[in-house]
Amino acid sequence: MQSAGSPLGQAPTKASTGIAGFDEITNGGLPHGRTTLLVGGPGSGKTIFALQFLARGARECKEPGIFVAFEENSARIVANATSFGWRLDELLGKEKLFFLDAQPQFDLVQSGDFDLGGMLAALEAQAKAMRARRIVFDALDVVLALLPDQAAKRREIYRLHAWLLARELTGIITAKAGGDETSVVIQQQFSFMQFMVDCAVILNHSVALGVSHRNLRVLKYRGSGFDENESPFLIGSGGLEVAVARTPARVDAKVSNERVSSGVERLDTMLGGGYYRGASILITGFSGTAKTTLSGAFAAAACQRGERTLFVSFDSDCNEVIRNLASVGIGLDQYVKNGCLRMISARSISGSAESYLVRVKTLAEAHGARCLVIDPVSTWYKSSNDSTVQNVADRLIDWSKGDGITLLCTSLLDEMSNRVENGSPLQISALVDTWIHLNYLMQAGERNRGLSIVKSRGTAHSNQLRELILSDAGVTLADTYTAGGEVLMGTLRWEKERAERVASETAEAAAKLKRVKLDAEEAELEVRVKSLQTELTAKQVEKALLVRATQSHEGELSRGRSQMKELRGDDATIAGAEASLP
Amino acid sequence: MSRRALFKFQLYVAGDAPNSVQAVANLAAFCRDHLADRHEIEIIDVFREPKRALAEGILMTPTLVALTPPPVRKVVGTLSHAPTVLLALGLVAGAA
Repeated sequence: MQSAGSPLGQAPTKASTGIAGFDEITNGGLPHGRTTLLVGGPGSGKTIFALQFLARGARECKEPGIFVAFEENSARIVANATSFGWRLDELLGKEKLFFLDAQPQFDLVQSGDFDLGGMLAALEAQAKAMRARRIVFDALDVVLALLPDQAAKRREIYRLHAWLLARELTGIITAKAGGDETSVVIQQQFSFMQFMVDCAVILNHSVALGVSHRNLRVLKYRGSGFDENESPFLIGSGGLEVAVARTPARVDAKVSNERVSSGVERLDTMLGGGYYRGASILITGFSGTAKTTLSGAFAAAACQRGERTLFVSFDSDCNEVIRNLASVGIGLDQYVKNGCLRMISARSISGSAESYLVRVKTLAEAHGARCLVIDPVSTWYKSSNDSTVQNVADRLIDWSKGDGITLLCTSLLDEMSNRVENGSPLQISALVDTWIHLNYLMQAGERNRGLSIVKSRGTAHSNQLRELILSDAGVTLADTYTAGGEVLMGTLRWEKERAERVASETAEAAAKLKRVKLDAEEAELEVRVKSLQTELTAKQVEKALLVRATQSHEGELSRGRSQMKELRGDDATIAGAEASLP
Repeated sequence: MSRRALFKFQLYVAGDAPNSVQAVANLAAFCRDHLADRHEIEIIDVFREPKRALAEGILMTPTLVALTPPPVRKVVGTLSHAPTVLLALGLVAGAA
């Protein structure tokens, strides 16, 4: 069943669907010149998918399209699609789009077997006239239901498929499946079709915990790689938007060494210069720990640098946030006015985590945001199960990284417990680059805010707990004191600071006094040394005099004795006297 | 009275597809049996005149369109089941 359009050995070319995310999943779109089966329950978005595919082709790919409506009146389809801004009327007017109403009449009388040959002949003429390249058969199951037996149904499906292939039209056949018991037959019908077509996509719409979840899955795609997982999608203001984990072209894009200020000077110092550009930052804490304030400081700093910023608040009104932050010296008002900052209050939005993500993404892209604040991201956990949230958190971070957006999320811990350490409500914490935790410390009848950096990848960061002080002048951080294994904050810190100041002054005075005393002692000793020296010299002189005096005295004596002997002439006494001498 | 009325038929066929060939034969037999001398049949091949089929909204072949007497009626299929056709053309009461 090789299409004539793509010779053997050549990968099929793709027909872009214009559906954000879907073209990424399928590496470019639906197989060009081949047939795609789109199966889904009622309200799963099949018709919108198909219409968007046609609108894209007609508007951007120079591929006019035909829409064969078996179920719904074409006027109603066009009317319903006006909200998506595809301007179908305009395309209809230019003959780039054609609707064929093929709803079986309710009073249709049937006698015996029939086939779709007439329709195909009519379509062929139309396709030739308008050079159509794309065609959609919406709700084929409706017409198949009229056929008497399985063999006839198969025959018509084959007829249709062969016709599409021969004309090299890129076709979508949609069919209902799932939902109720009666669809089992249809499912059998279409499971056979799934073997026949080149590409099959399943749309799914379910409700979990009262929240609607939509996802789609590419079941098969001949001759092409594709993302095999279920991908959540949303019907947004511009049509379908499929959430994809990663935009393949942007993987590992833009790793920056640039630092961006957190808006709090001291915090920048703690982080070694600020957050990295394009990093994801998580601020956790109980309610009232100034998470929003820190987010606001970051947003204000970004706007001051002239970077477009999106601030999404999930728990309070924008004006409230602006007012509250103004009270701590963070003026966001001016930036909102000059258009640099876009504040969105998403309090009223209820939906799945996917829908939040897609909305935030759309808004950020529309605003051209370089910095994004989500306050708090924990709202998302409420409406989804753990695995979905994990998935969404992954995609949020991948997306912001890929786009080089610096992302700051806050996360509310709803219990006054230390759940943060075991991490169960915070799947996102493992993924973020910087994690700042805010906490209360209760001491001496006070509640003070503490800030610590749990982690900060690629950054030498302070391991110390700081006290976060909010005042009219802004946000500041103060050192905390550790005393006897306890951290001191607030008044206790102030007292400690004062005590230390007094103590150091006292110590300084004491040291001065001691120095003066020592100087005096030194001087005294020097004087004493001098006087002793003088005394010593005198003694030495005296001693020398004494020696000399003794010598002269002895000389006198011996001289006297020898004179005497000479005078006496006494030899014996001379000998005796000489012997007795020492 | 409908018994006297002229039946104008258009039969849309898809070339010589088996269903269509069968329908032509069935219609001829039906007219012979029930509407002798008061019917006109035009056979339209959708392959030759697709625009006409499109304009008329004929998508399934074969389709029989009974233009007169009013109202216009359509019967889809090979017309193999004569009672259904009779019923559709409002001939049941008269035939009974």
